[in-house]
Amino acid sequence: MLEIKDLHASVEDKKILNGINLQVNPGEVHAIMGPNGSGKSTLASVIAGKEDFEIKKGNISLDGEDLEELSPEERAHKGIFLSFQYPVEIPGVSVTNFIKTAINESRKARGLEDMPANQMLKLIREKSELLEIDRKFLSRSLNEGFSGGEKKRNEIFQMAMMEPKLAILDETDSGLDIDALRIVANGVNKLRGKDNAIIVITHYQRLLEYIVPDFVHVLHEGKIVKSGPKELALKLEEKGYDWIKQETVV
Amino acid sequence: MAYTEEELKKELETKEYEYGFYTDIESDTFPKGLNEDIVIAISKKKEEPEWMTEWRLEAFKVWKEMEEPEWANVTYEKPNFQEISYYSAPNKKPKYDSLDEVDPELLDTFKKLGIPLEEQKKLAGVAVDVVMDSVSVATTFKKTLAEKGIIFCSISEAIQEHPELVKKYIGTVVPQKDNFYAALNSAVFSDGSFCYIPKGVRCPMELSTYFRINQAGTGQFERTLVIADEGSYVSYLEGCTAPSRDENQLHAAVVELIALDNAEIKYSTVQNWFPGDKEGKGGVFNFVTKRGICEKNAKISWTQVETGSAVTWKYPSCVLKGDNSIGEFYSIAVTNNFQQADTGTKMIHLGKNTKSTIISKGISAGQSQNSYRGLVQVNSRAENARNFSQCDSLLMGNRCGAHTFPYIEAKNKTAQIEHEATTSKIGEDQIFYCNQRGIDTEKAIALIVNGFSKEVLNKLPMEFAVEAQKLLEISLEGSVG
Repeated sequence: MLEIKDLHASVEDKKILNGINLQVNPGEVHAIMGPNGSGKSTLASVIAGKEDFEIKKGNISLDGEDLEELSPEERAHKGIFLSFQYPVEIPGVSVTNFIKTAINESRKARGLEDMPANQMLKLIREKSELLEIDRKFLSRSLNEGFSGGEKKRNEIFQMAMMEPKLAILDETDSGLDIDALRIVANGVNKLRGKDNAIIVITHYQRLLEYIVPDFVHVLHEGKIVKSGPKELALKLEEKGYDWIKQETVV
Repeated sequence: MAYTEEELKKELETKEYEYGFYTDIESDTFPKGLNEDIVIAISKKKEEPEWMTEWRLEAFKVWKEMEEPEWANVTYEKPNFQEISYYSAPNKKPKYDSLDEVDPELLDTFKKLGIPLEEQKKLAGVAVDVVMDSVSVATTFKKTLAEKGIIFCSISEAIQEHPELVKKYIGTVVPQKDNFYAALNSAVFSDGSFCYIPKGVRCPMELSTYFRINQAGTGQFERTLVIADEGSYVSYLEGCTAPSRDENQLHAAVVELIALDNAEIKYSTVQNWFPGDKEGKGGVFNFVTKRGICEKNAKISWTQVETGSAVTWKYPSCVLKGDNSIGEFYSIAVTNNFQQADTGTKMIHLGKNTKSTIISKGISAGQSQNSYRGLVQVNSRAENARNFSQCDSLLMGNRCGAHTFPYIEAKNKTAQIEHEATTSKIGEDQIFYCNQRGIDTEKAIALIVNGFSKEVLNKLPMEFAVEAQKLLEISLEGSVG
């Protein structure tokens, strides 16, 4: 589904990604771990199409289609979803209004009519229950005055609403207490299917106890230096990132 | 991915002002210039009684001695008042009984504006008094209103048919000598609307007027007078669009509202005069004086959405004369490209327990300058006066400006005055967030701006709110790139 080949990317001439190779197939969950500054969030932003980053070499494709020429919204229309590490506030725009606009814009891009209001309401009810979201929450301004946990839960709610082909969860566990983490992970797990894939970017192994990955990749200095099964995450937790750093030096 | 942004920008740059066309109807236009003879001629043309002619001449005398104000935070080339023609009227007999009699070209203009009269007529509860080039050419729903004793007509007609009302109230809220533009308007006003709601009557429909500037080089000087008698209620809608022109057009209107004891007036405006092109060429100068007076327990609420004009100078105000009276001002002012707006309100608290609320939302884009200027004045006898003001500014890009000039004068110790202000910028991260959810940049801006303006949009009557929302989107197209 997603194929990244020898990807090099920089921001303002600072090299951040130095030759990433990654293949994600339908139905798979990949975890990307790594120390601060290793390029995890950059990778997520580059896949989503953030313009601040310049691709110097290599390519990214989704279902065989090169993504480089596509705008962020076109990538979204093709089913790429990014759960932001720091979701932005949009005052005066309710959660409901925002998600309604997002869904209908994507439908429009696919040549579909707006989703009928009753169907939209039903979907909202269903997904908010899944994530144990209070209805009052939905009429609040997007992310304005939300706690860290509420912001993340709202991201996953949007993901549930949009049913993306490829979801990238960027540090979704940061700012979540253990109960919220369980709810969010539970929500994500229910969205796992044979036709979609998830990339989980995380610093800690904790989240991976709840969202169990098929593969774990370790990112260091803009490169995937180690890949393995889920046990790799445990080993990392135990030995720390220094172990990887040392191994790369050798 | 860079190309879409570029292409979008190009496409939007070439997009012309949506309502940029003008109607070619034979006009009866006065020669350029202003002197006593012209003032008398206007009055004569309108078959006005002598007292009205005298009133105009008094205003003209005052105006001659006045100088254009320069305190506003705007710069422009001052109009040459001798280069303007002060009267222009469609010369075919202006009054029609039915739409069939109306000039087809005029009807076509309305269609382009999206306000075909035939549909307007059908639109539930909206009576339209259309001001086309200074003279009313069609009035509808008069009958329904007449049954309730409501008078809704052009000011010229009111001067002839209801001179006692006009004589009693005109100039009582905005005197002839109030300011330079008000004096000019008082001398040469061509037409406008008049509305009287009798005691205890609740006007059953929203009253609306569509203004248009049409004749090249003709300044438009509208005069509106709304009187809500004791215990009555009226909601008045005013909206305007203007054809695009190369030269600057002057618009200096005066609106006076009178809310007698226990009456309520809601006055909503959507203003979309031609703002000039993207180089800042052309565009309307909008120098307007709007003011209302509230007697005991009365309430006046101004709501405005200002998106047009090259230069705007406008402060819809309330004089809270009666005890327990309430004044409200809700405003959205959008400036793009080279537009300049200096707008706000004055809340003058004279009576006891008077309350005022000011919510101002300024949105600046391009290289425009957007200023809020407001005065909250509490008189020494205004016990327990209260005011709440909120001024929010939203900036787009790095070349525009937002300014806030709040003035507070409290002469009574019991006054409670609150002022809140915020300035924010539409961030690239907000746009990217929306993009990532499949919402393109243009739609994202519309969403963010609508969210920012929501508190004010909510104050508009339903059908107007939808129109206003569209207008915000059109006005800001291409402003981020």
